[in-house]
Amino acid sequence: MTPFSYLRAADADTALQLAGVHARHPGAGHPGVEHPAAKYLGGGTNLVDLMRETIERPGTLVDVTGLSDRIAETGDANGNRGLLIGAAVRNTALAEHRLVRQRYPMLSRAIVSGASPQIRNMATVAGNILQRTRCAYFYDRAGSRCNKREPGQGCDAIDGFNRMHAILGASPACVATHPSDLCVALAALDATVHLSGADGERRLPFTELHRLPGDEPGRDTALEPGDLITAVELPALPLAANSAYRKVRDRSSYAFALVSVAAALSVENGTVTDVRLALGGVAHKPWRALTAEQALRGQPATEAAFRAAAAAELAAAQPLRDNGFKIELAQRTIVAVLGELAGHDRTGDGA
Amino acid sequence: MSIVGKGKRAIQGAAQSVMKKAVELAPDSLLPGGRPDPLIRRQHGQIGRPVSRVDGPLKVRGAAPFAAEVALEGMVYAALAHSTIAKGRILTIDAGRAEAAPGVVLVMTHRNAPRLAPPPRFLSAAKAAAGDDVPVMQDDRVRWNGEPVALVLAETQEQADHARSLIRITYAEEPAATSLATAGAHEVGTFMGEPLSAKIGDAEAAFAAAPHKVDAVYRTPPHNHNALEPHAATLVWRDGALFVHDATQAVAHTAWSLARIFGLEEDQVHVSSPYVGGGFGGKTLWQHQILAAAAARLADRPVRIALSREGVYRVVGGRSPTEQRVALGADADGRLTAIIHRGVTPKTPHSAMPEPFILPTQSAYAAKTIALEVRTCDLDLVANTFMRAPGEAVGTVALECAMDELAEQLGLDPIELRLRNEPETDPVSGRPFSSRNLAVAYRLGAQRFGWDRRNPVPRSRREGEWLVGMGCATATYPYHRMPGGAARITLDAGGARIDVAAHEMGMGTATAQAQIAADRLGLPLEAVTVRYGDSSLPGVILAGGSQQTASVGLSVMMAHRELVGELLKLAGNDSPLAGLGAEEVESADAGLRKLDDPGRFESYASILGRAGRGELVVEGSAPMPLETMHWSMHSHGAMFCEARVNAVTGETRVSRFLGSFDCGRIVNPKTAASQFRGGIIMGLGLALMEETQVDGRTGRIMNRTLADYHLPVHLDVPEIDVIWTDIPDPHTPMGARGIGEIGITGTGAAVANAVYNATGRRVRDFPITLDKLL
Ligand SMILES: Cc1cc2nc3c(=O)[nH]c(=O)nc-3n(C[C@H](O)[C@H](O)[C@H](O)COP(=O)(O)OP(=O)(O)OC[C@H]3O[C@@H](n4cnc5c(N)ncnc54)[C@H](O)[C@@H]3O)c2cc1C
Repeated sequence: MTPFSYLRAADADTALQLAGVHARHPGAGHPGVEHPAAKYLGGGTNLVDLMRETIERPGTLVDVTGLSDRIAETGDANGNRGLLIGAAVRNTALAEHRLVRQRYPMLSRAIVSGASPQIRNMATVAGNILQRTRCAYFYDRAGSRCNKREPGQGCDAIDGFNRMHAILGASPACVATHPSDLCVALAALDATVHLSGADGERRLPFTELHRLPGDEPGRDTALEPGDLITAVELPALPLAANSAYRKVRDRSSYAFALVSVAAALSVENGTVTDVRLALGGVAHKPWRALTAEQALRGQPATEAAFRAAAAAELAAAQPLRDNGFKIELAQRTIVAVLGELAGHDRTGDGA
Repeated sequence: MSIVGKGKRAIQGAAQSVMKKAVELAPDSLLPGGRPDPLIRRQHGQIGRPVSRVDGPLKVRGAAPFAAEVALEGMVYAALAHSTIAKGRILTIDAGRAEAAPGVVLVMTHRNAPRLAPPPRFLSAAKAAAGDDVPVMQDDRVRWNGEPVALVLAETQEQADHARSLIRITYAEEPAATSLATAGAHEVGTFMGEPLSAKIGDAEAAFAAAPHKVDAVYRTPPHNHNALEPHAATLVWRDGALFVHDATQAVAHTAWSLARIFGLEEDQVHVSSPYVGGGFGGKTLWQHQILAAAAARLADRPVRIALSREGVYRVVGGRSPTEQRVALGADADGRLTAIIHRGVTPKTPHSAMPEPFILPTQSAYAAKTIALEVRTCDLDLVANTFMRAPGEAVGTVALECAMDELAEQLGLDPIELRLRNEPETDPVSGRPFSSRNLAVAYRLGAQRFGWDRRNPVPRSRREGEWLVGMGCATATYPYHRMPGGAARITLDAGGARIDVAAHEMGMGTATAQAQIAADRLGLPLEAVTVRYGDSSLPGVILAGGSQQTASVGLSVMMAHRELVGELLKLAGNDSPLAGLGAEEVESADAGLRKLDDPGRFESYASILGRAGRGELVVEGSAPMPLETMHWSMHSHGAMFCEARVNAVTGETRVSRFLGSFDCGRIVNPKTAASQFRGGIIMGLGLALMEETQVDGRTGRIMNRTLADYHLPVHLDVPEIDVIWTDIPDPHTPMGARGIGEIGITGTGAAVANAVYNATGRRVRDFPITLDKLL
């Protein structure tokens, strides 16, 4: 670990200040960041590991666990009720929240299927969103090449062990996946991220936060240096009350997803009236399955329709040496989850 | 392999066969005198009681200082830098920034390391302890990806780790062999000085002629050691002598080996290792202790080295992969006419043995013809080594899956097939079995597991998404007792202390040996203490081969003999025991009494008191393990698994497991059950998830963390039922055979066979991950 200094912020403004982020003056080209080597620290369950491996070497850590850890109900004039989740809310607290379990069960299920209870107790919502890939070549700074870690170096994963890697949206520069479960649910739920940075406060649809690697795999997200996540907002989404998350992995618990599916479904008179679908473990970002969603709306809620939609979503999939099975696995899992939500006669894992 | 190496092997082999001939002429007995251990008949003693671990409270309270927790005055901390190429030479080392970093005391590389003799490789001498014999930081050569190339000492661990990350090394890379495909010539492997091959009759011809046959290739991947406690040592030089707080399963071996490496007398090295957080064959002498001792000498400071989890993967070897062909021929009744078990497993030029996967097949089944062979080749990787049941763990995977395949083809119940092929005598050596009750174990296990509810037709039971199946397999592990056992008894008015250089790695050794000694000496359990884990104690006792129970048990038995003799001498003519010989008395009620006249008794306290002695100290040593030359000595188990495979995702969940064991007398049912269960859990990992990922392009291990290298978590482990026959083996001390390793054997095959029964899919490439079942 490279030596660093440690500071604590109780609110967003202080956090920005301590991280050396100043309001950008109109017309200035560069973000007003004083020391880009500063990093925000949530629970530290990912960042500290990366620092131990010397992949992250911030000169300053600004602890932001003092930011809001509130989960508040929002509402508009029409009585649509969503949730505003503070950036420092711990993963466990979010998963256990009564309204989350009632209105967005897929989110609770996604969170508790990730990591371990100890890690979830420490991990914050913002930290979970910005956790980095688990690609072993990314982690192996001493012995492997990685374009995400050192742009232009080359990628040892493309022809190496890539069982965990992407089948959708990858590039010749990077085949890493985003490892989060929580994020798959957020992608399906039309969440919005609240940010504070050199440009002041702004909001970003969650699905636009993470990026595909393209030829800039070093950038995981659309965030600018110094950007602070202050909250995540869930919109009112009645169909999410009938939602599920299913994670398929190499052991029963404490393993990252090979494939995961977050889905919400509303069916009336045997017809799909609305649907949200997102996949984990398949791409550089939580994969919102818009193609499948579109294929499903207005279709009969039958296994055949689910299968066709899943096939349409995975049509563009490109397997690597070790992960070809994910294409079939993803489709089967989508069909099973939708079938379960449609009330078809099937008993799931439940674990 | 070099000509010198071949010569050495030939000499070892020759020595072994001379010894064998000598033994064949020796009397037919375990012990001098030829009687079974009298403790076998003893009822109502401590043996057989579920005594809780004597070291339990200390460990639960965190009050047991493990090797990385011992604090020494003025101690500095070590961090290792590892090579990033598999083979070649170090061209440049830039250690300037590291040396200038805060807190750094020393950067050691091959340029300034003290000159050291190569480590004595395991099995190359009686007390050799090293996993490999590569010279440690003596030259610019790199022999595997991950070999230590620099060591930093600093005032704190964090400073050492940071400075290590500042070292820059360049290499001249050479072509390396890192996979079977790139390996050179294959040759027949050797194990304990003997070639790993056996031939009875013409197996290929018999196989070709057999009306029923199975011929399949099974593959198992490399596995790594992942003991809860990563390897560590805290050590100091004092007046030219070396004191090591180590985590080892071989204190005496380590002391001797370190003395050789540093050019010292054996008694100038003191190794203490009372607490070991799991060994499994991996906690022996590797580079970290040697490097730490070398650096401590250079820096003249005590040193603590605690390997990171990655460090364990880079420095300590594991189990090599295997590719095994099993071909079984049978007649219409299911009697085996041919067993062929042969294949290849790589090793390194400097490791102690190839994975001896044919071992379980040597004594498994009566077959008219048998052909067994392990071929091996050298790769440029970290040395492979012993890992829980080397040979049997993966050998039973192939053999016992093949038996299941044959049973199906014959339309026979797999248990029935096995029972029809129970041998009368050892099919390869021809020796009688010391005790073999596999049929009993199968009967008890099948009944308790509900085997009769198994539908022999695959894929015939479904519960929702889950396909459910049952499978069984035979577990087997030999009885071992290595030469070198010795123990000291110190008796005083209050009780006895046993001193023995044995090891407690969590198995329950200290507890079981206290129970045995209490019965042996006729003392209450509270009056016996056992001191262990220190090279200054008597005995050369490896915690390996599941041999400690026998080795220590017999050593204490021999010491007890000395004790009885001495006590009778001290008792003299004024004692009720006057005139009696050692053969006429036994220990009971904290004293000696005449065997057929219990009234003639005198307590230890009284004897010692009358003789004016505060204590009596005796030592005994175990005779050569001749019993293993007379009998074929093996433990067995009948393993039963119920597996559920998800029809949608291919995920496998083991829902029930039962192990029914025949391991002689069980000394402590509580600690034994834990050993059995622990072995079975490790077997579940072997079956379903464990695999070291060695990148064939670089020879680099890529999954070197517990997040990436999958072991079973709690949710993967169902209720595991364990039962045993408890039939004493008349030819072993206490009637017991070791139990530490057998649990992992047979388990992989039982799971695979259950998965087959559930799905109709025969997976022969392990681990059985979900992609193979989609
Ligand atoms: C062994 C293991 C297994 C795991 N398994 C899973 C799993 O199965 N599924 C899963 O989803 N996750 C898993 N995780 C990952 C875990 O969920 C993340 O480590 C955790 O959510 C990160 O949260 P944190 O608060 O600790 O983040 P930190 O480690 O503190 O930070 C992570 C990143 O977020 C940034 N950050 C933190 N807060 C802010 C903020 N407010 N604004 C801007 N940037 C910020 C940090 O600078 C850093 O870059 C696992 C982790 C481990 C170690």
